[in-house]
Amino acid sequence: MTDATSDPDKIEGPTPDNALRAADAAENLGGPVLAADGTPLKKSLARALRMQKLRALALIAPLLIFVLVTFIAPIADMLFRSVENQIVSETLPRTVAALEDWDAESGELPGDAVFEAAYTDIFIAAENKRHTRLGTRLNYELTGVSSLFRKSGRGLDDIGEVYLDQFEDLDENWDEALPWAELMGTEASVAAFREWEAAEDAAREAGRDFDEPIPSFELRADISETLPRTAEMYQRFATFMEVEEEDSAFEEEPWSIVYTRLYEDLRDGDMSSYDGPRAEMLQAADALVDNPDFETVTLQDGFEEIDEDWLDPEVWRTIQTYSPNYTSGYFLNAVDMQKTPDGPALRDEDERIYGLLFKRTMFMSLMITFSCILLAYPVAYLLSNLPMRSANLLMILVLLPFWTSLLVRTSAWKVMLQQQGVINDVLVWLGLVGDAERLVMINNQFGTIVAMTHILLPFMILPMYSVMSTIPPYYVRAAKSLGATNWTAFWRVYFPQSVPGIGAGSILVFILAIGYYITPEIVGGTTGTFISNRIAYHISSSLNWGLAAALGTILLAVVLILYWAYDRIVGIDNVKLGG
Amino acid sequence: MADGSSSDGFVAFERVQKSYDGETLVVKDLNLSMPKGEFLTMLGPSGSGKTTCLMMLAGFETATHGEIKLDGVSINNIPPHKRGIGMVFQNYALFPHMTVAENLAFPLEVRKLGKSERDEKVKRALDMVQMGDFGGRRPAQLSGGQQQRIALARALVFEPELVLMDEPLGALDKQLREHMQFEITNLAHSLGITVVYVTHDQTEALTMSDRVAVFNDGRIQQLAAPDVLYEEPQNSFVAQFIGENNTLQGNIQEIQGETCVVKLDDGQVIDAKPVNVTEVGERTTISIRPERVEFNPTKLSDDAHTLKAEVLEFIYMGDIFRTRLRVAGNDNFVVKTRNSPDQVRFKPGEHVELGWLPRDCRALDAS
Repeated sequence: MTDATSDPDKIEGPTPDNALRAADAAENLGGPVLAADGTPLKKSLARALRMQKLRALALIAPLLIFVLVTFIAPIADMLFRSVENQIVSETLPRTVAALEDWDAESGELPGDAVFEAAYTDIFIAAENKRHTRLGTRLNYELTGVSSLFRKSGRGLDDIGEVYLDQFEDLDENWDEALPWAELMGTEASVAAFREWEAAEDAAREAGRDFDEPIPSFELRADISETLPRTAEMYQRFATFMEVEEEDSAFEEEPWSIVYTRLYEDLRDGDMSSYDGPRAEMLQAADALVDNPDFETVTLQDGFEEIDEDWLDPEVWRTIQTYSPNYTSGYFLNAVDMQKTPDGPALRDEDERIYGLLFKRTMFMSLMITFSCILLAYPVAYLLSNLPMRSANLLMILVLLPFWTSLLVRTSAWKVMLQQQGVINDVLVWLGLVGDAERLVMINNQFGTIVAMTHILLPFMILPMYSVMSTIPPYYVRAAKSLGATNWTAFWRVYFPQSVPGIGAGSILVFILAIGYYITPEIVGGTTGTFISNRIAYHISSSLNWGLAAALGTILLAVVLILYWAYDRIVGIDNVKLGG
Repeated sequence: MADGSSSDGFVAFERVQKSYDGETLVVKDLNLSMPKGEFLTMLGPSGSGKTTCLMMLAGFETATHGEIKLDGVSINNIPPHKRGIGMVFQNYALFPHMTVAENLAFPLEVRKLGKSERDEKVKRALDMVQMGDFGGRRPAQLSGGQQQRIALARALVFEPELVLMDEPLGALDKQLREHMQFEITNLAHSLGITVVYVTHDQTEALTMSDRVAVFNDGRIQQLAAPDVLYEEPQNSFVAQFIGENNTLQGNIQEIQGETCVVKLDDGQVIDAKPVNVTEVGERTTISIRPERVEFNPTKLSDDAHTLKAEVLEFIYMGDIFRTRLRVAGNDNFVVKTRNSPDQVRFKPGEHVELGWLPRDCRALDAS
């Protein structure tokens, strides 16, 4: 207490500060600060602000929902497609399960169980018309699979028809809908169908409209024990007819695969004890199958008959490799790699394309950004330093192209740069270039860089201008009064202050350029196209959306990484779009 | 009306004219000469041409006609960066992307001084404005007063002989401004530099300068030391512009050497000193400072003329009393009296008689 006068905290006696502190302390003694009505102040404040917050939220809600629905959701969906691969396991569930035990590296064909499963899967897929989609999907990984599946959709019927023909020769009823239904269905459901048929006939004779639905087919319980496989497949057929085709098993003869199943059941089972409907027909067929003359086909032969490629282990390996629900295959593809038994590996030299395209896209975007900086800086400088009238005129000249259609501007460059175009004509006329060796300035990188620099120039000028117009003229004057030459004053004082504008313009132009599509498509030829053109190709022509999504994801990641790097090096605070 | 236009000054304007648009002259026939070491202030309302003059001297504007000389050499065709003139700008113009030390080193760097010499000079300049610890800061991290000091240090660091200041204290609050006025004058005198200072604040001009040039309408209306300017204005503009001033309109009745008698518009007569009036019957504006008016005519000589006045308002201001009266039809006639024990405190409505010494009242042009 010796230095009481110098330390305000040690002054005895009340100072205004101490009094406030004492008051605070007194209020804090009883726990949280209370509002006038006794509720804690924090709660009371939150309640008071809740309405405001809700109102603010309601105001932005329409835009938020719009952005979520039309922007975020499609992007998320697109990104999801880059790894999504459920089509294989959905279309070929049995095959995928059967292939699990198969060792792809053995170099041998998978066993009969796999062919059996594939027969069922592809047959059902073909009836559902899903086999071509799967073929297209697998074709991305192994060329030729698409046509293989298309052929198989038709060809698999041949296997069943071998049996169908023999059964039909034995008894015409095997090729009829109703006898089959009688063999497989419950008596009640068959009786219901007959009744319906009679009613329909009566109605037709009387000339009345008849729109009663056909009664449902019901599988008899004991037939599932006698002919288990046939019953299972027949049930599937009957359900498919009712649900998908709006038809009935009572009126359509079964799929050919049902005959294959029937053969298998008869081969393995004994029908002599069967005494249900159509017993003699079934027993006759059983006798036929047991006859050594009965013609059979192994499934493997059947598949070979359709296409020899089915005997290529590579096809089965591809199905096995791409059977998981999620795959890195699209991403590997997007970086010129592929899945091999030894894990991911680079593709052959002549099959690589995306790495080159990514590099080219980066290089050209940088070139475009750089030439935009060079061209835009003097213009922006003039804009911000000229008197109002001239600056406005110049501004209109800058904005005029901005208001012109992108296609028109790009096409104009085509007119300018082509070999019989304006620039070449002028050069030839001046004698600078011989008529025979006119310059190639379009359909290559040069053309793309020129056209895109022109198109993106306003995006560089405008941020630069808005930053430069905030730099007061007295800085340069001050620099000169301190002894700096015009150049030093510009370089040391003006330029550093205009850098944020360059930064903002560069980010804008670079990010726009890296995803640009129309201009490279029109003037890029083969050497001036961007990765975006490839993405568009996969979306609209090859329909390989997964690969397009993977390429898009990589592009997005590259942009984000560059943005992050830019922030680390230049600092995003140094980017100004104005003020 | 400008005096001191000799050609042997350190800084000299000779018949300088300036026009921006070729139609009107912003500066009309300016003649000015100032010796080395002088603190000269250009004072005037906005648009009077004072800043244009400064910019011509700095080299940012070219004179349309006439010659500007620095140390006897015409500098009309020398670019600003070769003139070696220090300048403090209104907004300080500290480079925002450089630290304080870098700002100060800039003029030394462009003069290609070595690193050690540079550092030493920067340190000395910072110490000079008591900102030694702030070398590493950015201008944006400094207060207005601190920025002002740095701007001053930067203008002085390369040791120019002439420093121009363009309303450097305009952005500061009153207290800081007064403090900085004092610092700037002290610094200028101790370094012996010549300063041309532009302001529109007359208090600043009066307290800081050796001489003040009052600008109006593109001309120097009067160039004189502050006390002369205040006490002996040469024309009615200067009288009005500098300090508080009472004016009355009238005609000259008679002139006798150093005194004249003016007949005011309401018929009363009063003594004055003829300044720029010469003939009897001429229209005139007489000007008298509020603190030179006497309520007690007995203090004046016996034959002095006095005026009748009515007190309209009496304001107690502590050290002084401020009395507003109606004199010869003028309702805004103000008298300041010292708060001394024998001073009468008037009440509104009271009728009083007032007068003054003829030498305190100046009969000026009629404008």
